Amino acid sequence: MGSTEKMIKAASAGRDVRLAGDWTIANAARLSREVAGAPSDCTGIDATDIDMLDSAGALLLLNLASRSNLGPDRIALRTEHRDLFEAIARAAESEHAPEPERRWIGVRALEGIGAACNALWRNGIRLVGFLGLSLLTLFATLLRPRRWRLTSTVHHMQQSGLDALPLVSLLSFLIGAVVAFLGATVLRDFGAELFVVDLTTYAFLREFGVLLTAILLAGRTASAFTAQIGTMQSREEVDAIRTLGQDPIELLVLPRLIALVIMLPLLSVVATLAGLLGGLVVATLSLGIPVEMYINRVHETATLSHYLTGLSKAPVFALVIALIGCLEGFKVTGTAQSVGERTTSAVVQSISLVIIIDALAAVFFMEMGW
Amino acid sequence: MSEAVIRIAELKNQFGSQVVHDQLDLQVKRGEILGVVGGSGTGKSVLMRAILGLRPAQGGTIEVLGETVTSGVEPTRLRKRTGVLFQDGALFSSLSVLENVEVPLKEHYPELPPALRRDLAELKIRLVGLAAAAGTKMPAELSGGMRKRVGLARALAIDPELLFLDEPTAGLDPIGAAAFDDLLKTLQQALGLTVFLITHDLDTLYGICDRVAVIGQGRILTAGTLREVERFDDDWVRDYFHGPRARAARDATAQGGH
Repeated sequence: MGSTEKMIKAASAGRDVRLAGDWTIANAARLSREVAGAPSDCTGIDATDIDMLDSAGALLLLNLASRSNLGPDRIALRTEHRDLFEAIARAAESEHAPEPERRWIGVRALEGIGAACNALWRNGIRLVGFLGLSLLTLFATLLRPRRWRLTSTVHHMQQSGLDALPLVSLLSFLIGAVVAFLGATVLRDFGAELFVVDLTTYAFLREFGVLLTAILLAGRTASAFTAQIGTMQSREEVDAIRTLGQDPIELLVLPRLIALVIMLPLLSVVATLAGLLGGLVVATLSLGIPVEMYINRVHETATLSHYLTGLSKAPVFALVIALIGCLEGFKVTGTAQSVGERTTSAVVQSISLVIIIDALAAVFFMEMGW
Repeated sequence: MSEAVIRIAELKNQFGSQVVHDQLDLQVKRGEILGVVGGSGTGKSVLMRAILGLRPAQGGTIEVLGETVTSGVEPTRLRKRTGVLFQDGALFSSLSVLENVEVPLKEHYPELPPALRRDLAELKIRLVGLAAAAGTKMPAELSGGMRKRVGLARALAIDPELLFLDEPTAGLDPIGAAAFDDLLKTLQQALGLTVFLITHDLDTLYGICDRVAVIGQGRILTAGTLREVERFDDDWVRDYFHGPRARAARDATAQGGH
């Protein structure tokens, strides 16, 4: 077929249109232009000269016919094209999809804000509900040692606690060094380098030891909990647990919760020590403060009340991280995509909540003068 | 009718030391529906992936529509002439149903006007028996049977000559499976498709397949019409085609007069 030759050979108005060439998807763009320019008052369509016809061509043939308000019966076809054309004509007859509703962007933005607020509120309610449910189950099993999941708890203590030890200590050590450097650059101008020790000690005893550990575990453990429980949820394992007469909270949530409540304070002790060590290294190597003097100064600055105010936040953070991690896991619905979404959400939520709680606690402790 | 669109000669596939296919020969003729059957783990899906050039073969040659797939070069021209339905539809989860069907059209025929592309995609969605309103849905909102239908619509979007189907009726209820079989047969006849169909479903085999190839022991044990394959002397083939389920499927076909 010559590419310049017209595929719709329009006779003069009011007569049959003759078609030729390959009416296939490869020519569809050209055909649709020709169909758009075809006369709209023909009395019939002669398609017997069409060599090849596919479903795209059949659709265009129907479009051409509908321009002149012709029924499919007014189209003359070769016998080998008839089956295809009829199948397409039947499918094209059924209802067209409704156009998606278009609204003003401002309305959609307002709607989005509303939906986000609503989701936040409901999420909060659900988290508090989940906290209650977990505590209830905890108290119910507390007096029945037979229902304690010791193996599982110890397994999670290792996974989320012991295995995180190298990472937590390394990062705390580095942050300790950074805090000492930062303090040194300011305090050197006043000739008060020794106060670098006070700064590092205060920072790590009251805030950083616990906060750093919590943020690291929020990234490392909350995501792991969500992925583990989420995968089980999407494979209907959680439903299987329920039908076997067991309690998913008792089986999946409590071991993780208890493991984290035990391990996070222990890890933050290590983090505090590592941070002080980082400060010590900077102080001795860069500021010329002898090791002995550093240690003496730490002894003078550090009081038990400082440390307890810092450490008192650790179980709360552990609770928040474990609960959010597990709850997001239970929210997974079916698909693998959902596991990914919930894992991201668990990390974002737990890190934000840890920092918010820490800020509120700092204000509270300050006002109380502890 | 006798022209072969897929020619496989002495194909060898292996994973590490585990040989899946060795000296496998098979031809698929134009315009036929070839059913590929075999026990679990005999490499039916591996064979399909090898034919599509998705995994390199360790030996032998595969020629599809006159193009050699085993040469290591991406068979780009072939992609325009074949459609594939994967086991669970393999729909793109971030796109709506309509957008999923539009993907091959956009890729292979970018010159199509958007309105025509949309009409064509919608036509394919209706052709596989879904309401046009389903076009706005996301894949996660669909049932397993609907996902397969959308997958078929996407496979058919560019009017391919050759269609690959990996267990199209697995996981569908018997009524849905029968409807899918009918749909496939209708479309195959109307569009003149050649179909390479992997299945476990005896009803599909008896209902719509022109020829059957039995895969086992790393090669094609036998290939031919159902009558010929049923008579083949092999334990697995005998158990498969002469068990109670096969008998029921055969009786149903005889009564239904397919």
